Amino acid sequence: MSIRHALLALLSEGPKYGLQLREEFEARTGEVWPLNVGQVYTTLQRLERDGLVESDDDADPGPQKGFRITADGAEELAGWLRTPPDLASPPRDELVIKILVAVRLPGVDVHEVIQSHRRYLVELMQQWTRLKEEEADLDIGLALVVDAELFRLDSVVRWLDTADGRLKRAALEPPAPARTATPLIRRRAGVRR
Amino acid sequence: MSGVLELRGVSKTYHDGADEVHALREVDLAVEPGRMVAVMGPSGSGKSTLLTIAGALETPTDGEVLVAGQPLSAMSRDDRARLRRRAIGYVFQDFNLLPGLTAAENVALPLELDGMTAGKARAAGMRALEDLGLADRAGRFPDQLSGGERQRVAIARAVVGDRRLVLADEPTGALDSANGEAVMRMILAACKRGVAAVIVTHDAQLASWADRVLFIRDGRVVDRTAPRPGPDSLLSEEAAR
Repeated sequence: MSIRHALLALLSEGPKYGLQLREEFEARTGEVWPLNVGQVYTTLQRLERDGLVESDDDADPGPQKGFRITADGAEELAGWLRTPPDLASPPRDELVIKILVAVRLPGVDVHEVIQSHRRYLVELMQQWTRLKEEEADLDIGLALVVDAELFRLDSVVRWLDTADGRLKRAALEPPAPARTATPLIRRRAGVRR
Repeated sequence: MSGVLELRGVSKTYHDGADEVHALREVDLAVEPGRMVAVMGPSGSGKSTLLTIAGALETPTDGEVLVAGQPLSAMSRDDRARLRRRAIGYVFQDFNLLPGLTAAENVALPLELDGMTAGKARAAGMRALEDLGLADRAGRFPDQLSGGERQRVAIARAVVGDRRLVLADEPTGALDSANGEAVMRMILAACKRGVAAVIVTHDAQLASWADRVLFIRDGRVVDRTAPRPGPDSLLSEEAAR
């Protein structure tokens, strides 16, 4: 999460004080991303240094000091909004690694390992769904965050379901000669280390 | 609290020539009034068989099914049929509405089949449609309704009258996520009025609406979620990160 760009976005609506920025940031993200005041002021100082925001020169540093976005800041914000986050290279997903290890480890039932993760994910999804269910007029920011979490967790459950099925089918087929596909993938996609 | 639905050691075995297929193996399940239970599993895991047995549409090979405390095995065929019409509502993926009847007539049908006069049945059907915000669709035929509306009518039919148990098989299967959510909110609203619901699905987002989730594999319940904590724990957990 880029606090830097979130602050620029809030300032693009008009000049604001530091404390106000923190409160508005938390409110807009459904209060699931808490931010401390120190982070806000450090980030504002850097933005000012880079010429992306300006402050009231005559005011003392502190809650009464106001900030506004510059033309460079507005350009930076517009560019950031349209720049895709780095989703191209597969991250080193801890869950994927655990399942890959479980497949190879003697005496470990990989299906049981998959199920324990599936149960945990569904329990987490139940909590997010309850949030949706109990707040009929959910704040739009929080509603978007809840949807994003549910879809993210759901995609992990689907991957586990697919892995479960794939491993069951593989267990019924004769073993194929081992091939190492990983170096090829790493070369092509540039796996992050 | 006594269960609306209880399965005790339920097994179901089919014979395919010389082969035995164990669709369900010693399944225990109790659903209290006002609760929603989801049964999650891949296709062929036995979850649909569980639903048809819970709904008295099939009989188990072993074990006992109790609806509102009454063992189904002790009932006559007629009594079971009456129970199916009066106490149990079914929701299927493909709606199963009769095309020649309007929305209101489809909803009233189970009550009329149960011997209620047409006037009373229509009035009860209209109430169920009103509760679900569908009063203005009452006179339309299924082909004049959108997919989401058809499924909402199917839910009105499932909860009409004095239904105590709603059984749903992939109830949001063909719907987009907004309509799917609307359907789940309706089932949840029925639960808040005291109806017990069992939803079978392979979809985790759907299952996450339930109070409890059972995981079924090869006819056996292999796991279940812990009692569901409230959302506060989630936010405080997030805030602590």
